Amino acid sequence: MKIAITSTGNSLESELDPRFGRCAYFIIYDTETKEHETIRNENKNIDDGAGPRAVELIASHQVKKVISKEFGIKIKSLLCDYKIQMIMIKEKRTIEEIIKLINH
Amino acid sequence: MSRPKTIRRIAFAPSISGLKPYGLSITTKRSESVFLLYEEYEAIRLCDYEKYNQTDAATFMEISRPTLTRIYTSAREKIATAMIEGRRIIIEGGKVSLDNDWFHCKTCDCYFNRIKEEDSIDSCSLCGSSDIEPFNSDSTFINQAENHPPAHSCCGRGKCQGTRQRRKCCETKE
Repeated sequence: MKIAITSTGNSLESELDPRFGRCAYFIIYDTETKEHETIRNENKNIDDGAGPRAVELIASHQVKKVISKEFGIKIKSLLCDYKIQMIMIKEKRTIEEIIKLINH
Repeated sequence: MSRPKTIRRIAFAPSISGLKPYGLSITTKRSESVFLLYEEYEAIRLCDYEKYNQTDAATFMEISRPTLTRIYTSAREKIATAMIEGRRIIIEGGKVSLDNDWFHCKTCDCYFNRIKEEDSIDSCSLCGSSDIEPFNSDSTFINQAENHPPAHSCCGRGKCQGTRQRRKCCETKE
């Protein structure tokens, strides 16, 4: 299963990005192969519709869960349509810590 | 930058996504529609349909009483505009969280939702811990819901024990 994590940088040491649609990078982690890939968010500075585009982007990678701090108002219904689960973490955590939590 | 809006809690999503007028000589376009937010729908439902006073409605939506009044006024203005000018009402948007949808994990302090209504959630989807609770700041609400499961989500009021029988809401799910 693939899990998308919003990240401020393109390495595992970077922190979780608090915004979903306008995050700097998406890190897609595969729980079966234990590998991750990094995708730059091209829609970061777009005026309108960054959230829906981000949803389409991660849906095209067959992601089943998204981890972020906050989601915009347009996001929830879209993610429900794609059957993607949202997970919100309110504390500051690095990507590495989150991946450790996923593997528990 | 203005202060972010607090999240308004609503009991359940509306059963319709909008309303259309009929008998118009000119058909109105979608662009001329009135957009009623979810929180405005909920304010109307609590204040006018369930007939709670504004203080109770505000407590249930977890916002202050003046905020509820503002949402409610805006809702009435929108409905009036739609009625008088023969415009469509589309219910969408708003900063809301739906009840029964969110869970909180006490181990890793994360919040997660469930995708399908029928799914049963027994472990945290992040850390796998079973120490989870339905996300609800009012703990008495949860305790009472355990004692009276049918009354929990049907009435839309935290302290309803299925005894008030207000309108259809309390009867339908029992």
